[in-house]
Amino acid sequence: MGPDIKSQRLIALFLLGCLFFGYPLLYLFNVGDTVLGIPLSFLYIFLAWALLIFLMALVAERKGP
Amino acid sequence: MLSDWVIVVVSFAYVGLLFAVAYYGDKRAGQGRSIIANPYIYSLSLGVYATAWTFYGSVGRAASSGIGFLPIYLGPTLMAALWWVVLRKIIRICKTNRITSLADFVASRYGKSALLGGLVTIIAVVGIVPYISLQLKAISATIAVLFHYPEIVMPQKLAAVPVLRDPLLYIALLLAVFTFIFGTRHLDASERHEGLVAAIAFESLVKLVAFLAVGVFVTFWMYDGIADLFAKAATRAEVRSLFVIGGGTTDIYRSSASLASLTFLSMLAVMFLPRQFQVAVVENVDENHVKKALWLFPAYMLAFNLFVLPIAFGGMLHFTPDSVDPDTFVLTLPMAEHWQGLALLVFIGGLSCATGMVIVETIALSTMVCNDLVMPVLLRIRSLRLAERPDLTGLLLAIRRGAIVLVLLLGYAYFRLAGEAYALVSIGLISFAAVAQFGPVILGGIFWKGATRAGALAGLAAGFSLWLYTLLLPAFAKSGWLPMSFLDKGPFGMALLKPQALFGLTGLDEITHAMLWSMLCNLGCYLGVSLAGRPSAAVTSQATLFVDALESTRENVRFWRGTARAADLHALLGRFVGLERADEVFLKYARRHGLSWPSDRWEADAELVHYVETQLAGTIGAASARIMVASAVKEEALTTEEVMSMLDKASQIIVYSHRLEQKSRELEKATAELRAANERLKSVDKLKDDFVSGVSHELRTPLTSILAFAEILRESPHVSEEERTEFLEIIINESNRLIRLINEILDLSKIEAGRTEWRITDISLLEVVKDSVTATSQLFRDRNVHLELDLPDSVSLIRADRDRLMQVVINLLSNAVKFCAEKNGWVRIRLSETPHALRVDVKDNGKGMDLKDQAVIFEKFRQAGDGLTDKPQGTGLGLPISRQIVERFNGRLWVESAPGAGATFSFTLPVGARPPAQDEPREAVVGVRA
Repeated sequence: MGPDIKSQRLIALFLLGCLFFGYPLLYLFNVGDTVLGIPLSFLYIFLAWALLIFLMALVAERKGP
Repeated sequence: MLSDWVIVVVSFAYVGLLFAVAYYGDKRAGQGRSIIANPYIYSLSLGVYATAWTFYGSVGRAASSGIGFLPIYLGPTLMAALWWVVLRKIIRICKTNRITSLADFVASRYGKSALLGGLVTIIAVVGIVPYISLQLKAISATIAVLFHYPEIVMPQKLAAVPVLRDPLLYIALLLAVFTFIFGTRHLDASERHEGLVAAIAFESLVKLVAFLAVGVFVTFWMYDGIADLFAKAATRAEVRSLFVIGGGTTDIYRSSASLASLTFLSMLAVMFLPRQFQVAVVENVDENHVKKALWLFPAYMLAFNLFVLPIAFGGMLHFTPDSVDPDTFVLTLPMAEHWQGLALLVFIGGLSCATGMVIVETIALSTMVCNDLVMPVLLRIRSLRLAERPDLTGLLLAIRRGAIVLVLLLGYAYFRLAGEAYALVSIGLISFAAVAQFGPVILGGIFWKGATRAGALAGLAAGFSLWLYTLLLPAFAKSGWLPMSFLDKGPFGMALLKPQALFGLTGLDEITHAMLWSMLCNLGCYLGVSLAGRPSAAVTSQATLFVDALESTRENVRFWRGTARAADLHALLGRFVGLERADEVFLKYARRHGLSWPSDRWEADAELVHYVETQLAGTIGAASARIMVASAVKEEALTTEEVMSMLDKASQIIVYSHRLEQKSRELEKATAELRAANERLKSVDKLKDDFVSGVSHELRTPLTSILAFAEILRESPHVSEEERTEFLEIIINESNRLIRLINEILDLSKIEAGRTEWRITDISLLEVVKDSVTATSQLFRDRNVHLELDLPDSVSLIRADRDRLMQVVINLLSNAVKFCAEKNGWVRIRLSETPHALRVDVKDNGKGMDLKDQAVIFEKFRQAGDGLTDKPQGTGLGLPISRQIVERFNGRLWVESAPGAGATFSFTLPVGARPPAQDEPREAVVGVRA
């Protein structure tokens, strides 16, 4: 009997977060360009962060098993 | 406006407001209408994670390293994704076992070990005191900066204030009073403080609003929005360098390893900081609140961090470099623009951060110090005879209050002595690294049953020692308490042992370096020592309770054997929580188990002992509760083998119950099948009865007439010759009918039993049909029925038994004649060939039959209509026999009909398929055998 499906999804999001803020991906955006006047690295981190939280909310609030 | 007394009045008024909120929260809790029992307040109270360090320090860190401040908040976001798995389990364990602190958790997990509880408490106190001093430092620094308004003077440049004239000391004491009142007013087994949580949640709102206000002010009032601010920032080289990770002036955060290690560090910190454990686990009302908190709390932190970079860049652009400490930008920017109200709001926000942290942290630490450090020691000193004192509640409260004052004063002392050596962030990280040492023993403890007490002790001790050596001692050296040569050249000049480059490991920042070594040793010792030994009986039993916490079946296993009287346990509980509360507790237990209380007839069983022990554990900690309960009851020690066998029994019971479930499911299925079979049997039985009565009727009719005429011939010798011939004729005819009937029965049972001999040759179905038509032509003529033929010129040959197929066709034809319309009756026979089969259709224009009859006519001894009242028009065996024959040659025989629309009997036979070489005996449902 493994963890329930909600747990599995959240663990997957944890791994996604590790990918977002981990070595290769984060540094791809670390080039010093600006988008709409905002440095790309800042924009990336905050957007990825917000996306991650949004996905966590989706999974956590999902009804049923 | 910002005169000194305004600042003092406002800060005291704010703390007064906190009192009011906390008082209201407690009052509502007393009325049973909790205001904190919802996931939003729970999530806000988790915001106690954001301290003065977040409020002021993040900006300071951002000014020297760009996004270097963020891992401290990204880590908790990642951890929050695991909360549903980890935090929920910890909450469940704590609720079940009445665990009220981190130290208690570790002690309880590893066999209620007082030694482990004490060690955790010491690590927590040593690790957290600098963190508390950091909060005090922030309050003190902001007060000092604010006092000098409209000038902006950095606190470092101010002369030290004498202790007794230091407003900070009085604020610290005020906080102690607050904590006394709302944290230790009474002893409660659950150790929950509703009013306090309400106040903390309120503070979380205040600090967020204050910080966002400054962010909006800087971004949109001082500058024209984010883009403008970044564009101006990009013109300054020292600011632009912060746009990329690894830029800036600090060595920390340079490498991806630093980022990763800080993220990892804060992941552990958000779980194992005593204050986080307090609000997330101990003060948790409902574990389902975790579901909302796991995204609301990260969202809270995201909101908090939105304006950190704009404020940092705004400050760097606004002030001349090095004139103002970036740690104070949040406060000094509104001051520089003379927004006095905003500056005051910021000060209140910072105060919220600091007070919230200090209050919860001191409560958590005081619970640990009391339950896991002082009480176990006091209870062991026999000369104090503590175990015999009638009422210990006063003593417990006194110890807790003493611990609160002690922790606060330690924090204050550290601030006075060492506070200026470090920036805010560095002090906070030292504390983070200390509590991260709890990670292996706690996370390992809830997922791994093999851990031993020695392993936990070794891991914690090793991790703590390395933390002490690589982080705390260097901090002392930088504060001037140790010679700097200790850092630069190593102890006694041994370069290999340099605390910040241990064994020559260089190139990492101090936190990553310390984390690497301490975690390596912590985890290594924990795993290594655990695997080298075997967990003791006590540890094994606790391991089961912890690791299987989410599987409710295990809750019923109690690892205890001995004798005890309920009255003794009641008296014991009464000494620690008061007699009144002990009565409540026992009444509740009695009600749940259908017993009466008070009564001295109770023999306490394992469950009651466990119940009392958990109640007690809530007040004095698991280890002390164990000692006290052991003193009150006669226990027999359990060996590991016995615990294992209890566990085995428990797991056997689980296995049994699983099996039982499976068996009962199987049984249900079998019952259903049996019922269906029974229904079938019943209907078959009825068929047989119908047959027996129908056929015996059929048999009796000819037999009766045979008998009657035979008797007439015997009794009446004077019967005329014509009459005699006529009678004999009847007897012969009737006997032939009997023989025909019996032949058919024999025929069917032979086919069914597979004992028929088949003469298989290549035959033409066209010829079979033609011959059958010829054979039945007389029948058609007798009944005046018109027969229509629709036959092809030739068809493929098939291999089958010619006579048997003729029997089928004749049967269908004679049935059609029997049932077709009485006037203008007609029958049409059609033979056709498809690529794979030959098909014969026999259609009549009779009254047809409904679906029910269509189903039964192929059953043996059944005819359409009621076989008993309608005069039977045959034996009822023709169609079953025909179907058996057709199926023998892999064909199919069926009927299509509707009432009033005649009936079409059809059969197909495959072309080119070889029939089975020999018969396989088949089971006959009704065994009418020859």
